[in-house]
Amino acid sequence: MAAINLHERNATAGEEIIQCLGVHKWYGEFHVLKDINLSVAKGERIVVCGPSGSGKSTLIRCLNRLEEHQKGSIVIDGIELTGNLKNIELVRREVGMVFQHFNLFPHLTVLENCTLAPIWVRKKPKAEAEAIAMKYLERVRIAEQAPKYPGQLSGGQQQRVAIARALCMNPKIMLFDEPTSALDPEMVKEVLDVMVTLAESGMTMLCVTHEMGFAKSVADRVIFMDRGEIVEQAPPEEFFANPKSDRTRLFLSQILNH
Amino acid sequence: MAGHVDTASSTVVERPPALSLGPIGWMRANLFNTWYNAILTVLIAWAILAVVPPLFRWAIVNAAGFDATSPQCRQATGACWAFVNEKMRFILFGTFPYAEQWRPLLATAIIVATLAAAANRRFWKPWFIAVSLGALALFGALMWGGVFGLTYVENSLWGGLPLTLILSVIGLSVAFPFSILLALGRRSNMPAIRAICVAYIELIRGVPLVSLLFMASVMLPLFLPTGVNIDKLLRALVAFILFEAAYMAEAIRGGLQAMPKGQYEAADALGLSYWQAMRKIILPQALAISIPPLVNTFISTFKDTSLVIIIGLYDLLGTAKAALSDPAWRGFYREAYLFIGVIYWCFCYSMSRYSRWLEKDLYRGHKR
Amino acid sequence: MLATHTQDSGRAPSRLSLNDPTVRAIFFQVLVIGGVLALAGFLVSNTLDNLERRAIATGFSFLEREASFGIGESIIDYSPKDTYGKAFVVGILNTLKVSVIGIVLATIIGTLIGVARLSSNWLLAKLATGYVEVIRNIPPLLQLFVWYALITESMPPVRQALNPLPGVFLSQRGITVPIPAPDPVWVWVFVAFLLGFIASVIMAKWAKIRQAATGQPFPVFGMSLVLILGLPLIAYVAGGAPSVMDVPQLQGFNFRGGLVMSPEFAAILFGLSIYTAAFIAEIVRGGILAVSHGQSEAAAALGLKRGLALRLVILPQALRVIVPPTTSQFLNLTKNSSLALAIGYPDLVSILNTTINQTGQAIEGVAMIMGSYLAISLSISLFMNWYNKRIALVER
Repeated sequence: MAAINLHERNATAGEEIIQCLGVHKWYGEFHVLKDINLSVAKGERIVVCGPSGSGKSTLIRCLNRLEEHQKGSIVIDGIELTGNLKNIELVRREVGMVFQHFNLFPHLTVLENCTLAPIWVRKKPKAEAEAIAMKYLERVRIAEQAPKYPGQLSGGQQQRVAIARALCMNPKIMLFDEPTSALDPEMVKEVLDVMVTLAESGMTMLCVTHEMGFAKSVADRVIFMDRGEIVEQAPPEEFFANPKSDRTRLFLSQILNH
Repeated sequence: MAGHVDTASSTVVERPPALSLGPIGWMRANLFNTWYNAILTVLIAWAILAVVPPLFRWAIVNAAGFDATSPQCRQATGACWAFVNEKMRFILFGTFPYAEQWRPLLATAIIVATLAAAANRRFWKPWFIAVSLGALALFGALMWGGVFGLTYVENSLWGGLPLTLILSVIGLSVAFPFSILLALGRRSNMPAIRAICVAYIELIRGVPLVSLLFMASVMLPLFLPTGVNIDKLLRALVAFILFEAAYMAEAIRGGLQAMPKGQYEAADALGLSYWQAMRKIILPQALAISIPPLVNTFISTFKDTSLVIIIGLYDLLGTAKAALSDPAWRGFYREAYLFIGVIYWCFCYSMSRYSRWLEKDLYRGHKR
Repeated sequence: MLATHTQDSGRAPSRLSLNDPTVRAIFFQVLVIGGVLALAGFLVSNTLDNLERRAIATGFSFLEREASFGIGESIIDYSPKDTYGKAFVVGILNTLKVSVIGIVLATIIGTLIGVARLSSNWLLAKLATGYVEVIRNIPPLLQLFVWYALITESMPPVRQALNPLPGVFLSQRGITVPIPAPDPVWVWVFVAFLLGFIASVIMAKWAKIRQAATGQPFPVFGMSLVLILGLPLIAYVAGGAPSVMDVPQLQGFNFRGGLVMSPEFAAILFGLSIYTAAFIAEIVRGGILAVSHGQSEAAAALGLKRGLALRLVILPQALRVIVPPTTSQFLNLTKNSSLALAIGYPDLVSILNTTINQTGQAIEGVAMIMGSYLAISLSISLFMNWYNKRIALVER
């Protein structure tokens, strides 16, 4: 894991790639996202943290329309996310997602998991798709498991395959929804290492996680959410050293003390 | 980009867009959320309007009164509930002597009460077996009579709901110990035992109950020494016992398989013999897990009792069909079948709800 | 022994002793087998005794005797002069006929209802749930009686048969539909249908290779439909498009001509299909629910359209859960066809019942009934075991 501060490389703002303006979401009467305004530049690495129920997962799931927002606008790479199916399809091609519970397809091999979308969505010939898949499987250091089935792999290995699977679609943005929360402690490091390598390569990343070490070393910006609102956002040094809100201070004290 | 917003919890409480709340919001989300759902809703609503009002008119508005006569019923365009009124005692109790029909009524009530009590976990104790046996004895005393000053009624006169209940309850109770043995035998390490149990279970599960009823009714007299006569009810019971033993064995086998291996090993490590371990550790847990599928077996058996009409016994379905053959009341099959259909449905549906509730309850216990 | 380790008895292994678990096991098994054989012997000797007393023959030679009873409906030609053996074959064919058509109907209806229960349309979901909860909790024999009574008592008599479509008649005597009159063209149409089927299989394989090579998908399903429906159509038109139909005509007391579905067959078919469909609906619903929601989310996040996600991700996993219990239901439907006896449909149980009544040879008769059903059950079980092994998910 690099000790230098990676966010120095992306200090200058790149073009805006994610833009949320006045986003609200309700589950029935429950107001789960309250007036979210967020702007993410190309190449930025963002960590979103907060207590459970704060809406952080809901927010990133709105970014690839796995959840629908009722008010406000979300624009991804110039495409606005509405009920328009064509737009949703285009956005999902550019946004990759890694889930807490991996969600690998158990009836397909690791290689087939990775080639499925390139073949059927990007219409690539099988040989080309497999070459791309092997390239990314090597990058996450799991190429030798290509002919195996997900049921034969450990949790950490499965999550790395999940990352490779998302990367095979060549996305512009990678979303991570608590990628290490379901892993045994000894496997967390192998997944975080892969994520750090990915960050180093300049990928735009939004990561919901409790791994504050990762945030400190890799993130350009840390966002704290509580009860559906963005309470505070700042570069990590400022965020951890000088939290400005009481709620942030409370949260940090709870998770950093053990 | 490094702003900080120190808001206390928002003072402005925003409400979701108006059209997504209330009955309109519900309808938009559940009935009209896509174009094909909208079309479906309209089609279904039209179908309901086409069917339900005429049904209501037939069943209630135009129905002949409860004490109508048969010709009056035929004149009415609606249902003839007088038929049910007239035939109810026959359908429910068969050819049991009319004046004594309070006895099968009471006997049925006792069985139903015992079953309802058995559903309550508080009664899952050994002493309840004695209570159940007592209830069965009471049932026998009431139905057969000959004791306590009651006149004797031979079982060929029994029929209707008591017959249905007794076939299910006795069939399953007697089959139960056999099914435990079969399940244990199927999992045994001894090849001969295992082969016999597997052969029996697969044979029974591969053939329809009708064939077993045939076998019992037609072949059983041949199997027994000459002169030994078996009563028709007993023959039917034998068929049910043989049949249900195999199905319950499979349910119990599922429970035994679901037990963690550690339980078996712990029992061994404690030095318990096979039967001690079974009785005290394995079976109590395995049987508890098996109760939901066992209740499902009860539901199937309850429905299967309707088959005894084929060998000439008059259970609830049999009496209904017999009632329909009365020349004075021909043709009111809708009323008759609705009547017994509702009775069957009430029993089976409540048992299936119970089984589902029980599964959730037991599952919750295990999750801890 | 519960676990598989053996206790060390501390004695020399060559001493035969009841404390040795192996010896105990053998002893116990010998005891049980002995008991079973003794019981069998007792039953057999009683049976032979009784058979002799009642002068009942044994053996299967009765199958070659003349049956002298008529059968209401049959796929093959049969007359009362034919043997009991032939009557039995007619029975088996009738059982298979109602079972196969019933299985197809039940699967279609059950799948539709199962999917409907999961629909986002509240009305549809509740209706489907109502169907399942009502049908599953009423005995099938009662349902068969209701269907039979509906047809024979509520339908109009033959002279006033309902005529919803030209040539289609519904009455107390059953349902009749017109079928095309025999004509050589129909043979060609059938051949064209088979050719269309084979052609679409070949086309599917070709399309798969092409997609692997170039990445371009091919509308296999649409084109298969074109082939399977289009080729026969061409054959039909080329043959002169004969439109002569064998239309049911009212002659005397019943319709002649066309395809006739007797009330008994219709009652059994619809009754069993509707009943089994309720169980299949639950299985289908359970199978779809068993596939975790995360799978559809992952597929969607990758950009797969709903149809593709269903076909490539959800359905393969759902089918693994659905197929085994559904096969069980197919078996149940086949066994339930034995209820035909109560309705009057001449299935194998019904015909063997008549045979037993006439010849008195109950044992052979019941053995034939059980043997036939066992043959069907075992074949279905074998298929299921093979299928399960083939598609089992590979795990650690």
